Amino acid sequence: MKSLYRYLGITGLAGLALTLFWVLVSFVGPLIAPYSPGEIVNYDVFLPMSWEHLLGTDYLGRSVLSRVMDGARFTVGLAFAAALLASLLGTGLGLFSAVSGKALDESISRVMDALLSIPNKIFALVMIAALGSSIPILLLITAITYTPGVFRIARSLAVNINQMDYIQVARARGEGRIYLASVEVLPNMIHPMLTDFGLRFVYVVLLLSSLSFLGLGVQPPNADLGSLVRENMSGLWEGAPAIMAPAAAIISLTIGVNLFIDSLRSSR
Amino acid sequence: MSDLIRVENLRIVARGDDDQEKTIVKNIEFSIPRGEVLALIGESGSGKTTIALALMRYARRGCHIDEGSIFLDDTDLMSLSQPALRSLRGRRISYVAQSAASSFNPSMRIMNQILESTQIHYSMSRKAAEAKAVDLFRVLALPNPETIGSRYPHQVSGGQLQRLMAAMAMITDPELIIFDEPTTALDVTTQIDVLRAFKQVVQERGITAVYVSHDLAVVAQMADQVVVLNNGEICEMGRTAQIINAPSDDYTKQLMAAAHPVLTGVAETNENDESLLSVKGLAAGYGKIRRDGRPAIPILQDINLSIKHGSTLGVIGESGSGKSTLALAIAGLLPSSAGIVKLADEVLPNRMELRSRDQLKRVQVVFQNADTALNPAHSVGRILARPLAFYHGMTKDASDKRVRELLDLVHLPPSIADQPCTRLSGGQKQRVNLARALAAEPDLILCDEVTSALDTVVATAILDLLKELQRELGISFMFISHDITTLRGVCDQVIVLYAGQKVEEGSRKNFAAPPFHPYTNLLINSVPELEQGWLDRKKHIRQTIPANADGQQLCGFLDRCSVRIEGKCDKQSPPWVALSEGSEVSCHLSGEELKRLQQHSLQTPTLKPASSNAEGG
Amino acid sequence: MNTIVNLLLKRLGISLVTLLLVSAVVFLITNLLPGDPVQEMLGQAATPEVVEALRTKLGLNQPAYIRYMNWLGSLLSGDPGVSLANNMPVAELVSDRLPRSLMLAGITTLVAVPFALFVGILAASYSDTRVDHFISTIVMFVVAVPEFLIATIAVLIFSVHLGWLSAVSYAPQDPTLQEFIATYALPVMTLSLVLVGQMSRMTRAALIEQMQQPYVEMAILKGASHSRLVLRHALPNAVGPIANAVALSLSYLMGGVVIVEVIFNYPGIASLMVDSVTNRDFPLLQACAMLFCTGYLILVFMADICAILSNPKLRN
Repeated sequence: MKSLYRYLGITGLAGLALTLFWVLVSFVGPLIAPYSPGEIVNYDVFLPMSWEHLLGTDYLGRSVLSRVMDGARFTVGLAFAAALLASLLGTGLGLFSAVSGKALDESISRVMDALLSIPNKIFALVMIAALGSSIPILLLITAITYTPGVFRIARSLAVNINQMDYIQVARARGEGRIYLASVEVLPNMIHPMLTDFGLRFVYVVLLLSSLSFLGLGVQPPNADLGSLVRENMSGLWEGAPAIMAPAAAIISLTIGVNLFIDSLRSSR
Repeated sequence: MSDLIRVENLRIVARGDDDQEKTIVKNIEFSIPRGEVLALIGESGSGKTTIALALMRYARRGCHIDEGSIFLDDTDLMSLSQPALRSLRGRRISYVAQSAASSFNPSMRIMNQILESTQIHYSMSRKAAEAKAVDLFRVLALPNPETIGSRYPHQVSGGQLQRLMAAMAMITDPELIIFDEPTTALDVTTQIDVLRAFKQVVQERGITAVYVSHDLAVVAQMADQVVVLNNGEICEMGRTAQIINAPSDDYTKQLMAAAHPVLTGVAETNENDESLLSVKGLAAGYGKIRRDGRPAIPILQDINLSIKHGSTLGVIGESGSGKSTLALAIAGLLPSSAGIVKLADEVLPNRMELRSRDQLKRVQVVFQNADTALNPAHSVGRILARPLAFYHGMTKDASDKRVRELLDLVHLPPSIADQPCTRLSGGQKQRVNLARALAAEPDLILCDEVTSALDTVVATAILDLLKELQRELGISFMFISHDITTLRGVCDQVIVLYAGQKVEEGSRKNFAAPPFHPYTNLLINSVPELEQGWLDRKKHIRQTIPANADGQQLCGFLDRCSVRIEGKCDKQSPPWVALSEGSEVSCHLSGEELKRLQQHSLQTPTLKPASSNAEGG
Repeated sequence: MNTIVNLLLKRLGISLVTLLLVSAVVFLITNLLPGDPVQEMLGQAATPEVVEALRTKLGLNQPAYIRYMNWLGSLLSGDPGVSLANNMPVAELVSDRLPRSLMLAGITTLVAVPFALFVGILAASYSDTRVDHFISTIVMFVVAVPEFLIATIAVLIFSVHLGWLSAVSYAPQDPTLQEFIATYALPVMTLSLVLVGQMSRMTRAALIEQMQQPYVEMAILKGASHSRLVLRHALPNAVGPIANAVALSLSYLMGGVVIVEVIFNYPGIASLMVDSVTNRDFPLLQACAMLFCTGYLILVFMADICAILSNPKLRN
């Protein structure tokens, strides 16, 4: 514990705690939530926090606590899966591109550059228009949106490593491309790519909740944290927990992960 | 007679990432009388740069001066405020850094940077300062002194930048100049000009100086006093003559020994004329191959050489000579554009991809920079096990045993096999590098500047190891270096490369005395000797004009040669002349003419070998 | 001078190729619709002949690459078809809204960029001190919060609690200064906040990287003051990376504009695009997407120009 504190610093530790908290909620939440997310528990809408309803009620009278826990499941789960997919795809492609011949490398890079030239939200919007907003599609869309970014970083790393003498030595031995990529290059990429994974996670959370806020993300009856903010917008004037809680949830999640990632970067 | 600088009880500590404090230097005490030059000598990590910077009360990131006093005249720098310190730096004390290329701001013109100190300290008007700068350029023997200031740093060569940095340091007429390894990054033939310029300027103006170096021979030319550092402490201190001729400390003696390589007896050349490696007409370069068969950026032209079984061929050249390209071309890492490489009668395809695994196994390369030659993600054992599995198909038990044997061959403890290679020292890494090459059981190992990045003491040990391996295993070596002293200690045959062409070839004996190719002559005579006054004797080497390495069929050394024949050397390509002593040179002059010219104009070099005939002196 | 011109032309060429690829991607995606759009439009009752007739009329029976060329041609000629939802020419809709979005983006840029550069340079000058840590922490917070939440919180503070500003932008014609500020204050503030966060962070990083170079140490040893180091030495060499950072951040601006225009009901091109997504109005959607992408590529190209011009190694 002490060494962890020394390694991360107090902000890093706080970040780690927040991150783990939300991961826990997304796994365990639905099991320990007091009510089911769709259940109407009180006819008074936008109730403030109370002992009976820890986070009050939403615009329909449902338990905000339960809905936030459920929403966290979607936000964290989707973001994690999408970031993972983007990282795996991007790293794999980046590595492949870096060790391939010039022509192949150029063409892949050009396509990726083109994809990168489309601002993320615009790209997501176009995809949603074409493919809809079901959960699997959202997962795919957000993953594809961030794959080119991961690709660029992974390829740049791989190209730098490729120029090291130890790669020359391995090539001079007669090693094949697959061995070079997987045994010699990849292990040296893992640490920076892990940091990048954390960042992508945050980007996906932001993108997803923004899309849901616009009504184009997670669709009813499901709701992620962004949708919760959207549907409870009218509670803003009263400062109802129905809108404050999901807002606070998003903010604490992204800040937590950011703090954690930053502390990893500065300690190495 | 007051001392200009007096250092007392200096201690500098560093704070690591883990917040632990580590002492870098301690108990440092020395003083410098006005007008003298003091040398700080030691290997990397000895703390010499740290001390040099501390003389301006400057410590790099993470370090600070913990204890001690630094007196400039009567002022203790430790008592000064930050503004007072700033007013002192660049005005009363100046610094000349090791790497001129990175010490100049790439987007500012040179003149503006040189004049910057005068602007910071308001010492003189711009016009006066510019005139003074141009004057300094002249004194430092820089070409085009009127216009060189208007260039950007990347438009000027390394040796010139180094001298420009000296001008930058001198413009405010400081009382003390600190030279921090200023010639380490330069070629030997450039170094001598720079050294001479520095010495002249320092002597003429009576400047007090501190000279930091790891090279004893250079220090012998420049310093009046020497301070020997090891691990952050002073081992020995005294006048230069005393340190060089009668060192008392063990470490100092070690340094001296490393500077005087002992030539062991030549391995008996078995008259077995079979050559292991034979290279004919090799040409190589970078970029696309043009219609005439030459690459867009040609590096090597028409190289012929051969290496016998169990012998070592040395390849010497400076930067731009193409020596590293030669190793890459022979190994197939860089496809040659012309010529044939034969390994024991078998022609090797010029591309690595086309060579068989057996062919690849028989020629191994060891690179200069051991840090980048070992994969940081792998342990030592894993690095060594791979070629065993790849070439010999060894399974775990046999492989483990062999790894231990290999480590033993290079004198490393078996426990090192489990260590990640990032924890090893430079010398240890280079041994692992060698062990990896040996694991393949090759016939030929190409060593590309393998000792150039190492401290002299460590480098000597590696060279001894190479000789031992050759005796025990009968492997042939091609040893590439820019340092002729090292080569002569290790190699049986030597070839000299200049601007991508071979200009001389001979056995080790041939390089002891003239006749040489004019370039070889310049090279040998530019290596500083470990005796004072050597530099002063070199006054009459002709000023070198920037080389135009576009020799093509003509002699590549044409522009810099001090004995060239107008009308012949610039019109016809030089023939290969066999000299009476057994070497061959590419020159229009005959062996006798060369001998006469070279004995007349220059003192013949005496490298103090264990056994050889010394000429003259 | 020749090399610079060559380099710029080369970059321009690459940008154009990229734009072309982008158009292909946009076209590809919008044609990924599962199901038959014509069938959907006409409903289940339509006979095969009617479906076929409409398909021919809309040109949907031609092979993909021909449709792509046609679409590209229509874009370049300035008449990208008719909006499906509004039945108006796309060009008309766009030309009505585009200036407003440009106005919003322009004001934001004018406000955010100088401020961001200032904050970034300040943080880098005082790097590793409390000032720097303070700034970095705030920046990190700002960057971690999505724009819609920033907008929401801004509305909460300025409209609900303080009552200074209205939550909806009127954007009237010929506004007075007061109306102008009232209209633009919240949207610009929201957008600027994120932009300043991104840009200042990258500016700081670029400057700090320069400050760690040996030539800065050399200047210190010449007795240079701190401000001289930052402004005369580090900054000119950081122009390239900073220009890049600005271009990249302005691309975030494009994403942020989408949210802000929707929340504040601002009649710009981003809110038009969001509507087109909801309505599956493809001609409009494609045109809007291409506009955004072109805008971004122009920004990147300008950043490239800055980087090339500021690189002394290319000068002669």
